[in-house]
Parts: sequence; structure tokens; C-alpha cells
Amino acid sequence: MSNVVALDHLFDARRLWRGQPQARPPSRQPTGFPRLDATLPSGGWPEAALSEVLLPLDGIGELTLLWPTLARLTQADGRVALIAPPYLPFPAAWANAGVRLDRLQVVRAEARDVPWATEQCLRSAACAAVLCWPQHADDRTLRRLQLAAETGQCLGIAMRPASAAAHASPAALRLVMETRPARLRVLKCRGGNPPAQPLPWPLPTGTSEAPPDSPATAVPDRA
Amino acid sequence: MLWACILLPQLALDGVLRRHATPDEPLVLVDGPVQRRVLRAVNAAAKAQGLRAGLPLATAQAICARFATVEHDPLETTRWHDFLAAWAYRYGAQVSRQMPASLLIEVEASFRLFGPWPRMEALLREDLVALGFRHRIALAPNPWAARALAGVHDGLAITHDAPLKQALGQLPVERAGLPPEAADSLRRMGLRRLAQVYALPRAALGRRVGADTLDQLDRLTGTLATPLTCYQPPDHFESRIEFNYEVGATGQLLFPLRRMTGDLAAYLAGRDGGVQRFVLRLEHERGAATEVPVGLLAPERDGGMLFELARGRLDVVQLAAPVRALQLIARELPPFVPAGRDLFDVRPQQAVPWEQLRERLRARLGDEAVHGLSVHADHRPERAWRDHGQSAPAPPQPRPGWLLPQPIPLRERELRILAGPERVESGWWDGDVRRDYYVVETAAGQRAWAYCPVGEREGFMLHGWFA
Repeated sequence: MSNVVALDHLFDARRLWRGQPQARPPSRQPTGFPRLDATLPSGGWPEAALSEVLLPLDGIGELTLLWPTLARLTQADGRVALIAPPYLPFPAAWANAGVRLDRLQVVRAEARDVPWATEQCLRSAACAAVLCWPQHADDRTLRRLQLAAETGQCLGIAMRPASAAAHASPAALRLVMETRPARLRVLKCRGGNPPAQPLPWPLPTGTSEAPPDSPATAVPDRA
Repeated sequence: MLWACILLPQLALDGVLRRHATPDEPLVLVDGPVQRRVLRAVNAAAKAQGLRAGLPLATAQAICARFATVEHDPLETTRWHDFLAAWAYRYGAQVSRQMPASLLIEVEASFRLFGPWPRMEALLREDLVALGFRHRIALAPNPWAARALAGVHDGLAITHDAPLKQALGQLPVERAGLPPEAADSLRRMGLRRLAQVYALPRAALGRRVGADTLDQLDRLTGTLATPLTCYQPPDHFESRIEFNYEVGATGQLLFPLRRMTGDLAAYLAGRDGGVQRFVLRLEHERGAATEVPVGLLAPERDGGMLFELARGRLDVVQLAAPVRALQLIARELPPFVPAGRDLFDVRPQQAVPWEQLRERLRARLGDEAVHGLSVHADHRPERAWRDHGQSAPAPPQPRPGWLLPQPIPLRERELRILAGPERVESGWWDGDVRRDYYVVETAAGQRAWAYCPVGEREGFMLHGWFA
């Protein structure tokens, strides 16, 4: 005959926990796409961490994915650094997307200097977000960048080729953009399981102050 | 007025020691003709070995087997004197380096800024210790008394005439700054202390020792005011370190470089200025010197930052020949405006302001590596942007997020035209452009911005990506 144990004790000892998720505070780094925010456990970009966007090709909407975030950060007077972008950011398009150009800084660097420059920018806490295009980044490099983003309390986003999806990465969030059909797949997200279904691309934009269908409210209360 | 006298008893030796990597090993300054070298000054370690100033070099070598010798250079000593005057200039508007091996600063006017004398004295001493100069400090109502008292006391502070008289009275006659022959004859008369001299009838004393001595006695008490020539800071900074060995790697230059940038920072703080551009000259045994320019976008004066930037530039220099001397020259010294910072700003550790980060990136990646972006009002895409300046309003037409630096042929068969044509026709005055731009989709799903000659629908040139 087993002992009858009060549930409260088990809860207090952290040996048992409720499956029903608690309502989360809204993320401080929403992506600007409510459907994507709702999918991610952090409700947006992971704060003070490195995220990866993996791209099979250029020109498939990678800037459309980032522009709402960059517009929000620059309009709040944050500085955004672009480290070694593959092409010239065309100012007219960035301005039309709402990005404040005077808060944007482009850093040109050779391939071997890109990780160094990115780490300096992330660690400095002088930037609100740092975007980098490392050509070949190994696991150690990415780990350094992840640590630098934590130290500098900075949003770091690395744009990498889709072939990197096969390798593990210390990044807190990994997104893959796919073409034919155009989709956005969450490969890894810290703090939860990545959703099984990819999201259709392009996603509708909007303010994600109160996501319309966040899991906290979408999961029916079975209690 | 209150004058502080900083006496530098070892100015020449300290100037040499502070740039030596091992100041704790015996070191002497030598002077005199080649046949008869004499020790001019010795450091503490050499003194412990039994060496003292005035000893012939041959005798010194008999006493102690191993010690470093450095040639005494009066010009170098003058340079350090100037450097310290520049440093002292931040503590008072009237600084004089007229008297040898001492600095006189009028400090009473600066009390409101730096606090009362004890606090200010502590500041002076702290700086001098950091700069590496032995010193004695005395405060008196007139500069001549301050100088005489500093010769005997350290840390004495006299602010009124009555205690000054008493302190001067206790001064030995030979330490009062009198002409040597007058001091000598006074001593032979049996007068040991200044009090005895002041007690003598003035006219009779004047006949015996001369007018110069009377003047000096009056200056000490403050009854005769003699103006001092005040120090005027120069408009540029130069510092040079010569090595008595050959330096083959830039890494070995870092220690002297740290001293030099620290000196530059001290000098700039004294001027309340900043530096925007300076040059490191690496002098070789033969051939032209290597010049390493260090440029900043905005004036700075923080010693650590200047060192780090200079180091970044020095790291990438390939030395063609060993370095014999290092020189730092700063000619442009614009006013320094410190960046505003929030009082309650909570910043993570290792945080550096953007200006510093930008300089760090430029130091390693090159002067042109960091730039901004702005819209320029021009129809031609390749001319519609600038890397600096104010932004013009952006045109409402669709423009791609990525622009290729050079248009390249778009070799794809299955292009789907999504929008266009948009005719861009401009610039007959500087490179004519006539193009029809289309938004096209490639087979892989990329959206491209491509153009072809006016009126045609093939031969697309890729000029951007709608990303």
C-alpha cells in the first residue's frame, strides 16, 4: 500500500509540474510577424542571444523577414550593425521598410575578420542588433558569438547558407527559408520543441503586442 | 596667492627609469668627458650596491660588477621638465618652470575646482607617482619661499606670513637660494640659520653681501615681488624613445608605446584638448623611417583607448628593418567634447561606447571599413546612395533591398516578369543611362531586379535582389 502523498508537496519539491503552460509575458523582441511569434517559445527573437537564418539562395525574402525588427529597433534609437553584407544595402528600400538609415552602420570586412568584427559589436553593447554574414563559421566561432551576444545583451543574427542546417549549432533559434514552395521552417528554438509544420511564406505582418492566437490562450483548458 | 613648489630631485634619472622595462636593477647616469666618466645619478638598486653620484665610472665598476649605464642628456631632462610643466598646467593657470628641477604652480585659484590643499596635494602626488617621478612638495605664499622650503621639507604647507617667517628662520643659510659666495661668507661669519641673518641691520648686511643677496632675502619674505616667466603650453605633442638595442618585432614596442600614449593623454588632459590624428614614427638604423598614421573620426583623449588604437595599427605593420627609436607626433589637437552619458545608464560589463567600437573596427579593418547609408536623389540606382550625410526622401517606386555593386548578366531561361518596365533615363551629363527595369522571378524562386536595353525584352542584366 503506497503512501498517500499530498500533491502540493510534490509541486513544491519540483518533482511534479503542471503540463498546462503559464501565460508568458510578451517578448521584448517580437519579429513583427504575429504568426511566427506565436510559434516561437520566446514569443519572438530570443533576447540577448544568437539566432541563425539559413538561406539556400539570395533574394528570397530574407530582408522582408528582418526589416520589421530592424525598423522597430532603429526607431527606438537603437543602432544596427551589418557586418559584411553580401551586397550593398540599397538605402531607398531600407528607408521604405521603416528602417532609420542614420542608425544603420555597415561594416565591410574580409571573410577572416567577420567573426572578430561581429564579436566586438555584440560584446560592446553599443548596438541593439548585429547582423552578420559569416562565410564559413564553425561551431567554436558560433559559440563565441553566442557568448558575446549574452555578454553584450544584444540581438545577434547570423545569415548562413542552408547547407549549414545539417550541422549542429549553439544558436538559440535557427530558421530555414525555403523556396518552391516558399516556406519558413523553425529548425531549432531554445525553450520548446520546434513546430512540426513549416509556416507559409510570405507571412502577414502586424503588431504582435498581443498575438491573436498565442498558445497560452489557444490550448483549450482541459482542467 | 599661494604657490606650490614641486621639487624633482631625480628628474634626469626618473626620466630614464620610467621607460626602462626593469627599473629595479642597478642603473646609473654617466656624464663628463670620455676619459673621465663620472656618475651623475644612481637609482635605489645601484645605491644599495654602494654606488653614489660623483663617483668616477672606473671606481664604480670596481665596486659593483653589473649595472646599466645611460648617458646623461641635458636636452632630455629639459624635455621631461617641459612635459611635467604641461601636466601641471591642468592644476593651475600660472605654472613656472623657471627654476631648475622644480615646478611652481599658483594653486589658490584652483582650490574651488580641486578642493582644499590637502586634497589637491594628494592629487598631485598621485599623478606624479603614476607618472613615475620622485618629488617633494611645499606650499608657501610666494614662489621663492616655496622653492626654498621644498628643498628642506616635504609636505610643508604654509598659508600665512607669520608662520612663514618662522619657517624661513629655521632654514639653513646655504639652502635659501642665496648666491653661493654670499652663503659661504655668511656661514663663515657664524650665521647658520636665516633667522640670524634677518636679525642683522639691513644696511650693514647689504654692504657685506651685496644687493643680490638682499633681493633674494626680500623675495623669500615676499616684500620684493619679482615676476616669474609663466609656462605656455605648446600647440603640438612630440615624444621620442630611443632604444639601445634593436627591436625586431612590433610586439616589443608595446611597452614604450603604452608610456607614450599615457603621456599624450596626460598632456591632452592638461590642455583640455583631444587628438584626432597622430603619427608613430619607427626609426631604423638606415633608410627612411616607417610612419604609421593613426586617425580617429572624433577627438579622443583616453589613454587606454589611444593605446589600443595605436596598437591595432602597429600590429599590421610589417617591419622592413629593426627599429632603433620610436617617436609619437601629434600636431592636430582639436578641442575635446566628451560624449554625454546617462547617469543611471545600466550597461553590461565590457561595454564600450559606439565611438570607441567604431575606432577599434577601423583600426583593424581599415579607415573605410565602417560607413553609414543615405539616400541620394538620383534616378540611376548606382548613384542613388551615399555612405555618409543626410538622407534624401526615398522614392516611392519599388526598390530592391540588395543592390549589386556591378550589374551582371542574368543567364536564366525561365524568367517570369512580375512588374515593369520602369524606365530609368538620366545622366546625359555624366554617363548616360537608358534602361527598362523589371521585377522578375527566377526558376528557383528568387525575385530579382533586372534591366534590359530600352524597348527590348532580353539580355537581362541583374542589378539587385528583392530580398
